[in-house]
Amino acid sequence: MKLHPMIAALRKHKAGVVLIALQIALTLAIVCNAIFIIGQRVDRVNRPTGLDESNLFLVSQQWVGAPNADTPDGVAKLDAMQKEDLAALRSLPGVASVASVNSLPLLDSSWNGAVSLKPDAKFSDKSANVRTTYYFTDDQVMSTLGLTLVAGRAFHAGDVQHQGFRDNPPRPIVMVTKALADKLFPQGGAVGKAIYSDGSSTPSTIIGVVARLQAPAVGTWANDFAWNATLIPARLDANFSRYAVRTRPGQLDAVMRTVAPALYRANPLRVLDDNSVKSFGDIRAKAYRADVGMAILMGVICLILIAVTAAGIVGLTSFWVGQRHRQIGVRRALGARKVDILHYFQLENLLIAGAGAVVGIGMAVSLNLALMHYYEMDRLPVAYALVGVAAVLVLGQCAVFVPARRASNVPPVVATRAG
Amino acid sequence: MFAYYLELALRSLKRSPGLTALMVLAIGFGVAASMTSWSVFRAVSGDPIPWKSAQLFVPQIDNWGPNGRNPNGDPPSAMDYADATTLMRDHRAKRQSAMYQISPSIVPAGAGKHPINVSGHAVYGEFFPMLDTPFQYGSGWGASDDANRAQVTVISSKLNQKLFGGTNSVGRSVSIEGRDYRVVGVLNDWNPQPRFYDVVNSGGFNSQSDDVFLPFQTAIQAAIPNDGNTNCNAVPKESGFIGLQQSECVWIAYLAELDDAAAVAAYRDYLQGYAREQQQAGRFGWAPNNRLRDLRAWLDDQHVVPRDTKVSLLVALGLLLVCLVNTIGLLLAKFLRRSGEIGVRRALGATRKAIYLQFLTEAGMVGVAGGGLGLALTCAGVAGVGWVLPKDIASLARLDVSLLVLTLLVAVLATMLAGLYPTWRASRVQPAWQLKSN
Repeated sequence: MKLHPMIAALRKHKAGVVLIALQIALTLAIVCNAIFIIGQRVDRVNRPTGLDESNLFLVSQQWVGAPNADTPDGVAKLDAMQKEDLAALRSLPGVASVASVNSLPLLDSSWNGAVSLKPDAKFSDKSANVRTTYYFTDDQVMSTLGLTLVAGRAFHAGDVQHQGFRDNPPRPIVMVTKALADKLFPQGGAVGKAIYSDGSSTPSTIIGVVARLQAPAVGTWANDFAWNATLIPARLDANFSRYAVRTRPGQLDAVMRTVAPALYRANPLRVLDDNSVKSFGDIRAKAYRADVGMAILMGVICLILIAVTAAGIVGLTSFWVGQRHRQIGVRRALGARKVDILHYFQLENLLIAGAGAVVGIGMAVSLNLALMHYYEMDRLPVAYALVGVAAVLVLGQCAVFVPARRASNVPPVVATRAG
Repeated sequence: MFAYYLELALRSLKRSPGLTALMVLAIGFGVAASMTSWSVFRAVSGDPIPWKSAQLFVPQIDNWGPNGRNPNGDPPSAMDYADATTLMRDHRAKRQSAMYQISPSIVPAGAGKHPINVSGHAVYGEFFPMLDTPFQYGSGWGASDDANRAQVTVISSKLNQKLFGGTNSVGRSVSIEGRDYRVVGVLNDWNPQPRFYDVVNSGGFNSQSDDVFLPFQTAIQAAIPNDGNTNCNAVPKESGFIGLQQSECVWIAYLAELDDAAAVAAYRDYLQGYAREQQQAGRFGWAPNNRLRDLRAWLDDQHVVPRDTKVSLLVALGLLLVCLVNTIGLLLAKFLRRSGEIGVRRALGATRKAIYLQFLTEAGMVGVAGGGLGLALTCAGVAGVGWVLPKDIASLARLDVSLLVLTLLVAVLATMLAGLYPTWRASRVQPAWQLKSN
């Protein structure tokens, strides 16, 4: 089939052609970027934290009229209270293990700093430091969180110290994540090496490396150190405390219900509210709610867009078919087969959609650039644009099929009728 | 004549129900998507205190030097204890308050009740008149209470309901972190969003209201620690909350009320002088680099409006645009299909203007129908944002009369706009040509 007569025919409906092409271009531009946003959010939500997330929950509680954590005496008392809580939780039926923690991945409450290979490194000297999040915890952390040890050893009970929440005592031993170890020691062999945290002059020896442990912070500001974690064997003593609890398989809900009564029995002067006992599933859902919401929103908008554009193509092509009723009859009378008419409309749509897609790629890239400039989006990969082009071409073909088939069913006898 | 056009339009729309439904659906969905995202955007980008935001200023002092600045060269967004208390002592603005976020426990009176945790702020007495906080009972505290570190408190109506059953509790006492404080005021349902007075700690939006306010120095003396962000450029030399107060760590928010340009200029000079003094004293090894932004500029600078909200609005407006292009195409098809009818009307003496009116009426009718559908879908959309968006933000999106009117207006105006070109084409139809060919 020759394109020349088809293009000549399209010139007769300039406005309609331009409108369909424009609609396809805009749809392509928006859908490409929206699907890219969805893909990014899905990737983000699917990042593994490094924990074994099932059968895990977190207890956050606050003591009332607690001893002052700024005095050595107060710190000792608070630590005794914390140990009492830990014992109460460990004695609950269905509990597999309990660890004192200052935070958990995705909890969005974090203590962050920087570690260096040299002592007395200034915070402001960014080249000498690697940013990290700190987990203050105890010897139960590996089994409770379900972390994987890849080198060295885990903390022993004898390693665990305790400190006031705002104190900064030396940290003789630490564990680090593999990501952090690789950044500090690209040649490997981190175990046994000394690092210095937060510009300290006293070294911390790395005794073990865990495979993966995400930072608590979920904001984009923490993206560049999301996998850098340093574990410190110390319970933090303050007027509040947090405990990670792993239950035996399938007993999560049952155990969670027994936590508040058990802790009130140990010490009634404390605050436990709706948010105090939270399964890790809930923590995860809350952390990623905005991302999931954005993905759903973009998905809904894409669906509406595609439906509207498809409907628009059906509508305009139907109009053209009606308009060209007589010409189609003439062509049929002159020997064109049904399939020729069908192909004519399909090819015509392909031409228009193709032109729209070319313009659309330009628009998609411009929109992406604008989003990158104003809203710190990433660059749209070429694959997304190509898949988008294929998608709008297929969409056009599907949409044009019904009116094109109707056109191919126009009987040749129409040519002989007047009007 | 208008009634006649209405009838014509109705008849025409009925003649091709599929095409009509298509246009109405497209307009309805396009408008509803835009209006739903607009309702969220409007909620988060609004001015939380429009009558006063031009007089409220946030000072920033550069106590970290060149290495602590952000890429724009801005100093830290919060203040350290030394700067905040000096600014309070110098008292150069009409009203001002340093503040920090607290999260104390409260023991309700009466046996058998478990303690509760509340969030709040430690502020100076001028905080309340400066922000025009509404009081249900009593009032804020005075300067002498600040100076004497009085054990007084202002509580929210929510906490008043919980502790005192909503009665006038002024003069009664509340046990906060193990000490008794006398209630001097009960706020009347006040939870501005964004929480403009402490954006740094609240991140802008927080569905949990501030329930308790204590005098700043009283809270410091009672060692009620700060509950929000603490940012340090070096580890504090001393430990504990006292160590934090002696450090260069920033954790305190600050607001000043300045009535006119002269007052703003004078305050700028004062900040400049203060920073220079600190430089001469050797505390700052750099030239003064202060900022003094009014509230709106400050909210903007802190990116209070979530990026996702802006992107959603942009994408939804794109959807509306596609729906409009779609409507232009369909209206064009619909109108030109009736070239014969137009030819007859023109030949019988109808002017171009009459044709214009007839077809714009028809477009308007599609707009009204699309707007009706859009209204229903917008209601569903606003009700449904809670399923999709975080609670802090979703709870702010409201359906009100202005949103409904705007929805209808956008639908009708957009459709009329979309109808302009097809109508123009219809009015250009040559009667002679149409009559001849038929």
